[in-house]
Amino acid sequence: MSANLTPRAKFATTLLRTAAALSRATGRGDGSVIGGRVGLIVEPRLLELLAEGRHVVLVSGTNGKTTTTRFATAALEAIGKVATNSFGANMPTGHTTALAKAPKAEYATLECDEHYLGQLLDAASPKVVALLNLSRDQLDRAMEVTALAAKWRQTLQASAGQTTIVANADDPLIVWAASVCQRVVWVAAGQSWTADSAICPNCGAHLDRFGEFWRCTNCGLNRPSPQWSVAQQGEAVVGPDGRRYELNLQLPGRVNRANAATALAVASLFGVDPAQAAPRLSEVASVAGRYAKVEREGRQLRLLLAKNPAGWLESFDMIEQGPPVVLSLNAREVDGFDTSWIYDVDFTSLAGRKVVVTGDRRTDLAVRLEVDGVDFLVVDDVRAAIAAVPPGPVEVVANYTAFQDIRAEFNRVN
Amino acid sequence: MALSTLRIVWLYPDLLSTYGDRGNLLVLAHRARIRGIDVEPMQVRSDQHVPHTADMYLIGGGEDGPQAVAAERLLQDGALGRAAEAGKPILAICAGYQLLGSSFYANGRAYEGLNILDLRSDRGPSRAVGEIAGESAPQLGIGPITGFENHGGRTHLGEAVQPLARVSSGVGNDGATEGAWAGHVIGTYMHGPALARNPKLADLLLAWAVGVHPAQLPPVDDTWPERLRHERFTALSAAQ
Repeated sequence: MSANLTPRAKFATTLLRTAAALSRATGRGDGSVIGGRVGLIVEPRLLELLAEGRHVVLVSGTNGKTTTTRFATAALEAIGKVATNSFGANMPTGHTTALAKAPKAEYATLECDEHYLGQLLDAASPKVVALLNLSRDQLDRAMEVTALAAKWRQTLQASAGQTTIVANADDPLIVWAASVCQRVVWVAAGQSWTADSAICPNCGAHLDRFGEFWRCTNCGLNRPSPQWSVAQQGEAVVGPDGRRYELNLQLPGRVNRANAATALAVASLFGVDPAQAAPRLSEVASVAGRYAKVEREGRQLRLLLAKNPAGWLESFDMIEQGPPVVLSLNAREVDGFDTSWIYDVDFTSLAGRKVVVTGDRRTDLAVRLEVDGVDFLVVDDVRAAIAAVPPGPVEVVANYTAFQDIRAEFNRVN
Repeated sequence: MALSTLRIVWLYPDLLSTYGDRGNLLVLAHRARIRGIDVEPMQVRSDQHVPHTADMYLIGGGEDGPQAVAAERLLQDGALGRAAEAGKPILAICAGYQLLGSSFYANGRAYEGLNILDLRSDRGPSRAVGEIAGESAPQLGIGPITGFENHGGRTHLGEAVQPLARVSSGVGNDGATEGAWAGHVIGTYMHGPALARNPKLADLLLAWAVGVHPAQLPPVDDTWPERLRHERFTALSAAQ
């Protein structure tokens, strides 16, 4: 833990907390980023110093990072205090703040942006790294996805000697990246988007798929046997010895059961009994507004965040049949300026239900839905969307800043 | 329109489908069907033969590695070159556009292209990422173009091709022109669903495939695509 901080690091930590508190007080956000930035200027090794002596878990991947981090935190809290970047500030500044704010926490679960995995491996010396999935996301500013997997593979080979990797056996890019590590626990976490892994990441030949199994006929890369999986029937996780751990999640969808499986696998590496941890996961009702249920004028809205093709397909899998659907799309800097990816999403499953579109780029969505033969209504904002649907349940799917706009409308619901 | 079913081949989605490239196939199929033309979309993987009996061919964008593999397999296969000679419409996007030329750069070296369009591509000084717009060649009758580009290459046009457009925003081939066309073959850096934003380009390809003049295609309601075009042009002029 951080009892042995140098005076400089202690000073940096104090400044970090002050900057974060000031930022919060002036309504600029939760202060994680600015606080961490201040602290790291004073002591560039602050993250490393704050991480020293703690049991650190990193969680990375394209989708499900925030939820899986939250689940892993809930599971580990069964045995101790846990520091975590629960505000989604998933770069080193946010990690530094999370650790500085919880000096007594023996454990730390840190959601990590895909591009900072190498830096965090070096700085935080994690005991466990959970790797969820890789798929196309914000291609106009991020690295193409195979190149990212190659970077991970290199990084893991160089820096993950003492680390146990908990990795998704169903994602060929993840398997290829993680297979250089000595200690890997495989989880059958599923893959809702296969278009980025039609080709073997190792040799470029075609991957054959038979149900959930996949293999490369050329180089032999194939799906490892998973130790953890999501039960085929009912809502449960099946552990390495075949034992079932019943889930009673408030969060919807198979993808969240898979996130739960990963979290239980992570926690069990620290000696947490999954039977004891599983009920803790059902206490998670929403994650930074994701899956939150809010009420307005007799409409019960459920808010789903989906940032990329895989995320949108997953949310279409989660939504209830019947209720109207509100779709909101922005293309601001953090969303990526390019909206082409909406053509990678199949909207035909929405045909026949009431669909309302909004967001800065609602016209892009209108054209997209027309092509898929889905009827829609275009409105200016979420208030107008609420007015356009009858009282009752409503499913809302939005990408990043569109989601934040909607959250703001509901007092930044968590 | 004597065609009973329009067969549209989407080439190598396993290799070249990075930025919503499927969108072009969807838009063509949608615009054909609302005019009563049946469409049979055919997705052809890189380990399959390219059918030579199709009515139109689409090829999308991708990373360097897959681009080089795609060019090699298409050269071996030979069917795409014969389709171009037979006057079949071909729409090629980004990496797919580059490989229709005589040579292109990938993985740090030059590769032989398919020689379907008289052009060659090399590396530019920086990556071109962002909105692109311009005035298209008047002979095509498709109006101003709007799209999104994301590429590191620059393309140099030969005598036997015409630029698709003069660039007013963005980079395209070289900062001055964008894309190329010759006969019924069109290449462009406007990636992914270029046809969603340029419905008249979609209709031109359909008209070529069916063997009519675009004006002979029954009109369709383009309220939403036109609004989208207006929005994108307005956003660009506001930014300048």
